[in-house]
Amino acid sequence: MLDIPFWKRLLILGLVALGLLYAMPNLFYSRVEQHNDAVTAAERNGFESQEDAAARAGWPDWLPSGLVNLGLDLRGGAHLLGEVHVRDVYKARMDALWPELRDALAAQRDVVGAVRRVQAPEGQLAVEIGNPDQMAKAVEIARGLAVPVTSLTGAGQSDLAISASGNRLTVQLSDAEKAATDDRTVQQSLEIIRRRIDEVGTREPTIMRQGKDRILIQVPGIGSAEELKQLIGTTAKLTFNPVVSRTADANARPGTGNVLLPSMDEPGVYYVIEESPVVTGEDLTDARPSFDQNGAPAVDFRFGPSGAKRFGAYTSANIGQPFAIVLDNQVISAPVIRQAITTGSGQISGAMNVDESTRLAVLLRAGALPAEMTFLEERTIGPELGQDSIDAGRLSSIIATVAVVAYMVASYGLFGVFASIAVIVNVILILSVMSMMGATLTLPGIAGIVLTVGTAVDANVIIYERIREELRAGKRIVKAIDDGFSEAMSAIIDANVTSFIAAAVMFFLGSGPVKGFAVTLTIGLVTSVFTAIYLTRLMIVFWLEWRKPKELIL
Amino acid sequence: MAFRLKLVPDNTAFNFFRWQWLSFGVSAAAMVGSVLLLLVMGLNFGIDFKGGTTIRTESPTAFEVGDYRQAMSDLDLGDVSITEVFDPAFGTTKHVAMIRIGTTDETGSVTPEQLNEIEAALKTVDPQVVFAAVESVGPKVSGELIKTALYAVGAATIGIMFYIWLRFEWQFALGAVISLIHDVLLTVGLFSLFQLRFDLTTIAALLTTLGFSCNDTVVVFDRLRENLIKYKTRPLLDLMNLTCNETLSRTIMTAVTTAIALTAMLIFGGDVIRDFVIAMLWGVIVGCYSTIYVAKNIVLWLGVKRDWSKPDPKEKAPGEDIPAAFRDAP
Repeated sequence: MLDIPFWKRLLILGLVALGLLYAMPNLFYSRVEQHNDAVTAAERNGFESQEDAAARAGWPDWLPSGLVNLGLDLRGGAHLLGEVHVRDVYKARMDALWPELRDALAAQRDVVGAVRRVQAPEGQLAVEIGNPDQMAKAVEIARGLAVPVTSLTGAGQSDLAISASGNRLTVQLSDAEKAATDDRTVQQSLEIIRRRIDEVGTREPTIMRQGKDRILIQVPGIGSAEELKQLIGTTAKLTFNPVVSRTADANARPGTGNVLLPSMDEPGVYYVIEESPVVTGEDLTDARPSFDQNGAPAVDFRFGPSGAKRFGAYTSANIGQPFAIVLDNQVISAPVIRQAITTGSGQISGAMNVDESTRLAVLLRAGALPAEMTFLEERTIGPELGQDSIDAGRLSSIIATVAVVAYMVASYGLFGVFASIAVIVNVILILSVMSMMGATLTLPGIAGIVLTVGTAVDANVIIYERIREELRAGKRIVKAIDDGFSEAMSAIIDANVTSFIAAAVMFFLGSGPVKGFAVTLTIGLVTSVFTAIYLTRLMIVFWLEWRKPKELIL
Repeated sequence: MAFRLKLVPDNTAFNFFRWQWLSFGVSAAAMVGSVLLLLVMGLNFGIDFKGGTTIRTESPTAFEVGDYRQAMSDLDLGDVSITEVFDPAFGTTKHVAMIRIGTTDETGSVTPEQLNEIEAALKTVDPQVVFAAVESVGPKVSGELIKTALYAVGAATIGIMFYIWLRFEWQFALGAVISLIHDVLLTVGLFSLFQLRFDLTTIAALLTTLGFSCNDTVVVFDRLRENLIKYKTRPLLDLMNLTCNETLSRTIMTAVTTAIALTAMLIFGGDVIRDFVIAMLWGVIVGCYSTIYVAKNIVLWLGVKRDWSKPDPKEKAPGEDIPAAFRDAP
């Protein structure tokens, strides 16, 4: 095992050099970070400002610029775990289906009779028809509205489950469609949250799906979880609905298919509106903050072609009637239609200041969350606390390394020096691998590195103890070292595999800091086997070739 | 002769089984004690597992916990506990408290209005107080986290057992797993005894301890297997003593280097991570003990097959990673 071919020596040293090169940016953390920010800013804007150019010049382009991401517990920021109420969408889908179903059944009015929507559990659409004996025909009409599910697992199935009993026809989403819808809803929420956070432009937010209906959001540098929630938690669901009546009674019964909503700026005023909207925020193509004719802050909006057409058709048919602009279940205003609005653009004005109109425009532009979200976990970590943790982590790693090195050198002399070099290279390699992968370093992760400093020498200890035994058994130096390495291999491999199993379990089941810890630990296991076996052996071989020692005291 | 620090002299010949009934008794008593502690005192679950809100406050001036409690008493927050946090790194200019508020609703979080009220209330007794961190976990998530944590420990244990069974014999796997359970129980017992905060990072520490303790055990088993092939007729107990003495120096070396590194973290790593480091340090100590006194004793009692010359088709041939010179040794 001791004759290492030249190419292998080169490879080992090359890997170490590469590790040093890739770990280096972390030494100049803030400078490299500014450089990277400047590069992304230039890419996004398409041009480079003077400041960006200066920041970019702070770190040469040709050097690696990957950094270890600092976790929230080190950098400070906010963490949210939100649950998407995927069921909200079922109801919205049924409400949207009602006008379509009504029109389709009304077209066959002489066959099926009069059609009336009746109360039904949420997520179901129930109608009663005048001629129960023609139910088969009604079901057929309803089936005609169904379309095949578009998902891998549910392909070929219909999106509507239709049942009938007596004069009552019940429509709801089929199970396959529900699953597909859930998936779409979460994906959509994810996308909208990402857009909203990107509009604010913070660095490296983590926005990812967790499990079936959860979304994990981590934004470094934001002041508090509350701020983050305000940014993403607002649904900003904008709809334009026909108004049925206006009342001051908070307990008025709106009747089937209608809802009672409070007015936003007139306290004590309520509107009964039709639940199915004419157009929704999804039909918007643009929204901008502006001012109305009185100079009060307002938001200008514009519909896409289909929205503009529907809005135009509705307004021309209902001149003189009021319609409601509804945002998040509050009526912003209920103007009377004076003329058909066919241009597809309009203005929302109400009691708001410039900040609010700007935010509303952002929210409308990014789109509404398709469903409500509740937050199951909220964490805010102040930047000072993070910095304290970094400082403490750095200090304790340095002290731990120095202490372990001293102990190793005291125990094994020159070979202890080799092992110590291997341990230090190991820490550098961990950092470089994490930088290359863009992995996140957390406070437990730092503890993981410190722990690795302690355990990485284990492989060396196993080897050295073995060499000691072989020497005691009277073997010659080279033979003893050779045997020491080869005999120790199976123990080293077995020992690392068990640690690896534990780390892998942590990685798959853990989240946040624990996951960061598992990543650090796993990388540390792999690199420590490399440094302890290959690098240490190479150093010993160099030493043997150079000094040709006659005796070895270990 | 150059100086060498040796905690363990060469060629030791301790009889590790001499006190085996005592060590067995101690282990068994410690395990039972841990379970009793767990039942009687329970664990000081962090919000990860129990739900609720914690606020970490920092202030440059000294404060009385009683004052904070007094200030917050009118806010109707339900179950509130306040503890002062000490750390040598704080000096005299930094005073830290952890305020914990029990879970109130589905999201487990205090509302932003409540948070403002708390801040205002604390400012009346300590004008310079700031909130360094605020964390809330809802009961729904915390319930799931407990489940995940139990799965994690279970899955790691089974995974390790399976691997050892694959590489060695089932007796070894069982011995290793019992020593793992021993380590986990004793660590949980320590957390119960001192009411240290038990949260997700503690589980991470437990899993790391599992890996470490097993690592130790495996090195001993590996050598035992080698000796079983080398000395086909010596009594198992003798072989185990021989193995343990041969590997003792390494066991102690590794435990000491790891303990050195963790002690540095314990002293200088800050208070945020202290409980995590305590769990790992304790795990290293217990793991080292269980390697010497638990794992192989189980294997001794279970007995083990002595004829290792024929490779068992079920597993990797044990002779494969043993050099040829030893394969046919008497």
